[in-house]
Amino acid sequence: MEALVASAVGVMTTAGIFLILRRRTFPVILGLSLITYAVNVFLFATGRLALNAPAVLNKYEDVPYTDPLPQALVLTAIVISFGMTAVIVMISLSAYLSARNDHIDMNAQDNTDAAGDDA
Amino acid sequence: MHLIAPLERSEKLAIAGQSKNFPYKNSNTLTAKTGVSHLSLFLIAALPFLGAVFPALLIRAGRNAAASAAGLTTFLALAGLLIHIPSVMRGDVVTARFDWIPLLGLNANFMLDGLGFLFALLILGIGLLIILYARFYLSREDPMGQFYTYLLLFQGAMVGIVLSDNILLLLIFWELTSLSSFLLIGYWKHLPEGRQGARMALAVTGSGGLAMIAGMLILGNIVGSYDLSVILQNKELIQASPYYLPALILILLGCFTKSAQFPFHFWLPHAMAAPTPVSAYLHSATMVKAGLFLMARMWPVLAGTDAWFYIVATTGLVTMLMGAVIALFKDDLKALLAFSTVSHLGLITMLLGFGTKFAAVAAVFHIINHATFKAALFMTAGIVDHETGTRDVKRLGGLRHLMPITFTIGTIAALSMAGLPPLNGFLSKEMMLEETVHTTWLHSHYLVPGLALLAALFSAAYSFRFVSHVFLGPKRDDYPAHPHDPPVGLWLAPAFLIVLVVLIGLYSAAIVGPLVAVVSSAVIGGEKLPYYSLKLWHGFTPALYMSVVATLGGLFLLSQHRRAESLWNALPRPEAKVIFEAVIAAMTALSRRITDSLHNGVISRYAMILIVFTVGLGYYAYATGTIGPVTREPLKLEIIPVVGWICLVAATLAIMWFHRNRLLSLVLIGVVGLIVSMAFNYLSAPDLALTQISVEVVTMILLLLSLNFLPTDTPWDSSAARRWRDAAISVGAGIGTGALVYALMLRDFAFPAISEFHLANSYKGGGGTNVVNVILVDFRGFDTFGEIIVLGIAALIIFALTESVLATNVRAYLLNRKPHWPQSGDSHPLMMVVVTRMMMPIALMVGAYIFFRGHNQPGGGFIAGLIVAIAFLMQYMASGYTWAIERQRFYYHGTIGWGVLIAAATGIGAWFNERPFLTSDFGYIHWPPLEEFEWATAILFDTGVFLAVLGAVMLALDSLSRFAWQPGMAQEFPMDINPLRDDPPEEEQEKEQV
Repeated sequence: MEALVASAVGVMTTAGIFLILRRRTFPVILGLSLITYAVNVFLFATGRLALNAPAVLNKYEDVPYTDPLPQALVLTAIVISFGMTAVIVMISLSAYLSARNDHIDMNAQDNTDAAGDDA
Repeated sequence: MHLIAPLERSEKLAIAGQSKNFPYKNSNTLTAKTGVSHLSLFLIAALPFLGAVFPALLIRAGRNAAASAAGLTTFLALAGLLIHIPSVMRGDVVTARFDWIPLLGLNANFMLDGLGFLFALLILGIGLLIILYARFYLSREDPMGQFYTYLLLFQGAMVGIVLSDNILLLLIFWELTSLSSFLLIGYWKHLPEGRQGARMALAVTGSGGLAMIAGMLILGNIVGSYDLSVILQNKELIQASPYYLPALILILLGCFTKSAQFPFHFWLPHAMAAPTPVSAYLHSATMVKAGLFLMARMWPVLAGTDAWFYIVATTGLVTMLMGAVIALFKDDLKALLAFSTVSHLGLITMLLGFGTKFAAVAAVFHIINHATFKAALFMTAGIVDHETGTRDVKRLGGLRHLMPITFTIGTIAALSMAGLPPLNGFLSKEMMLEETVHTTWLHSHYLVPGLALLAALFSAAYSFRFVSHVFLGPKRDDYPAHPHDPPVGLWLAPAFLIVLVVLIGLYSAAIVGPLVAVVSSAVIGGEKLPYYSLKLWHGFTPALYMSVVATLGGLFLLSQHRRAESLWNALPRPEAKVIFEAVIAAMTALSRRITDSLHNGVISRYAMILIVFTVGLGYYAYATGTIGPVTREPLKLEIIPVVGWICLVAATLAIMWFHRNRLLSLVLIGVVGLIVSMAFNYLSAPDLALTQISVEVVTMILLLLSLNFLPTDTPWDSSAARRWRDAAISVGAGIGTGALVYALMLRDFAFPAISEFHLANSYKGGGGTNVVNVILVDFRGFDTFGEIIVLGIAALIIFALTESVLATNVRAYLLNRKPHWPQSGDSHPLMMVVVTRMMMPIALMVGAYIFFRGHNQPGGGFIAGLIVAIAFLMQYMASGYTWAIERQRFYYHGTIGWGVLIAAATGIGAWFNERPFLTSDFGYIHWPPLEEFEWATAILFDTGVFLAVLGAVMLALDSLSRFAWQPGMAQEFPMDINPLRDDPPEEEQEKEQV
């Protein structure tokens, strides 16, 4: 089970980083979303994995509980990451609409086709 | 180097951990020993800052009101200081302690000993005179309220420096003086010289201050405490440390820049562009003495070594001589005084540098004397400037008959500066000359006394020049204005100082004798004072002969001034301002080159560098560190997770492969999000699963909406080689991350986790069984409070961005835009409209249910907020944006605001029960027909969370939707097709129109 989670984190990180190294806004946004998943699962996994042991107290019998603290942290991280995604989406959208160009690099020399394409 | 924690860390943490049980315990404790008199130290330092508000406000009530407020503030602080006279004169040290950030060693500790008392007296006493003088000096056009506000800020910072018993606190005040003096020097904003002078002063003193911070940190680290009183006890420890020399040099850099010592002296003459009251205050009596103060303060532990002697005494000697020579050839009265100040500061620095006790006494005495006569001289120069309209010595002369009062004041002060008996300047200069005779510099007995004599000679010459070229000589008829003596308000302050000059000269032992003794003993660290006597006649000593030579030589030099001047003008001299500006320009160019080459605007490169560096760091840690043995059994593998894993990996790899097709990759990322939320649910995190899946929905809607306006495909714009490079980097990072989390999951915690505390106290202390929710709203409520604020700010940024973008020509572009895909013929399908409207109440009920069960079962404000937001969004999607906002009753900004306010009010409510912010309370209520249920204040807090999340999500998507707005979208009827509506088919309408 741990191997599955770890390899999933690895694959999501790989794809996310590959995408944030692209030069257009949209792939970078997707890449950040993927990295967000990977980071959230990573943080969650620092509480170690457990099956059928939610951190909801049972008044009647003594049962094991998983670590609640990373969960609380990840919960707010998920909501905050929505806010972050929304802000960068708006920034990239505004930039595209103002400049008709969705390059993320400010220096046009480094781009193979500097002309904006409104495809 | 690490910061020192004077208190034991574990002990501190224990207190922090118990704060829930002991909410009354405040770690900030005021440990003043005996109440009021010690508290007054805080007051003395705080009063100028508090009082700084009043002149700015009271200026509306007139200039007298503003000046009186400033004066009263200063007077109160001065009175607070003077009540300490008895204890200071006994040699006691008054202290007041206030632990501010004890873990950093930063305490707001104040102490008042003789040295601090003298400087505080100068700062507040001369400050009071300056406030009076400035009231009459500044013209009607000058914003006087601002002036007094800046002046009081500066005064507070200065008082803070001299009363601090903690070097970190001292550094804060030190930087504050640089900043507030910047405001004062640049007070006449319309003058370019003022602005340039202010900038130069800030650059020089500010960078010296930075060096001093480093030096002070080293010093604190050597001793193990940042408290001055502790540092001053550790002379041997400091001087034996290998870090002594670096610390000394760095601290001296701060002192020398502040006190305008060579080669940093050049800022002081340029700072003379300030109004004369500022020059008189900052540049004669106070700020430039801050460096001297610090050298005197540190004298007991830093002085006495060869390094100290050669650095400090040599710098002082060079500065004294150079300042005196330049001053003689300056025609601007204030420039003359500025360089004479540089020279006298050099004199005091040199005396401190000698490192002998007698020299320290002489330095203290000269600080007092210089402050009195130099402030009076500056004020005189200001009066001359004010009344004649010029400060150019070449255009003055003969004012003796026109301005007799000013002449008297100026002459006495100048003769004291020249060092003539029976004035106070004579006494301390004699002591200085006496001391130089006993000083050898690199085995030479004649170098120091010879150069000091030369400096004294020039000093006498420029002082005589001040008198003769301004006041003596024939009356002229080409003054720019009609000079006459000023009103009493202007000459009262310098006259008072002149009285002091004469009295200290005549009755020094009686008037300042005790003060000099107590200050000197503070400077030399409480050891026995050397033999000295403050009197005019010591017999025929070498110093007396030197004085005579200096005076006669000065008179001779003055008589030859014209000839000397033409010689001086023929000499090539470096112009400090040009050099300074060239250095600044070179530094700017260099940093621009570095910045431009590092920040070339290629953001993907920054990301690449960051990632490669991070992966490299991780690899370094892996290669050099040790990894513990596996201590946990892996969980058993089941078939369902494997299926989920296959979907996730396949979807992720497909995104990488197909990312140019944006819509497809968006669909695939939805798959990834879905499986992540299922995984959370499978791995005992139901709250996370609920949050993730609802966030997933709103994120997808957001991205889809934005894709509506962005290009549908990503073109190829990187080479194959670059793609392979990026793939290699990302695979490396992915392997590293995966391996790290794998290793982590198979090992137990290295230290006991704090989670047990939360599990144990969730029900007892927080009243809820869903520990995750209790952590969010109770244990870590403050974090959550911060997070909803961040979320609200993010939404407001989005709103603001939309507003500003839509105000540009983007709006026209959007209105004329052709959509990527053909629009649906039926944009609001009947089935969907009906279903979503029927589901609305059900969805809201689900939201309410999730919200209320949150404390005990998975759910809570975050999730409920998202669910309700989705319910609203369904209406937007089904019935259209226009239809939805027509029915919107509240602005989402308000929802966010109320959310934050409710959360804050809940937190503040705890204060009324004398609990810390956000302490929760709960109880159980039993209403007979219902089951017993729980009531916790946490639910109010969660309401705030709910509203903030709801408002933020809605505001973000609402803003984005406004991009799609087109005119004519508003429908007349609530549905496109309404069976009840009796409207003719479109063809018939057209016919009718034809």
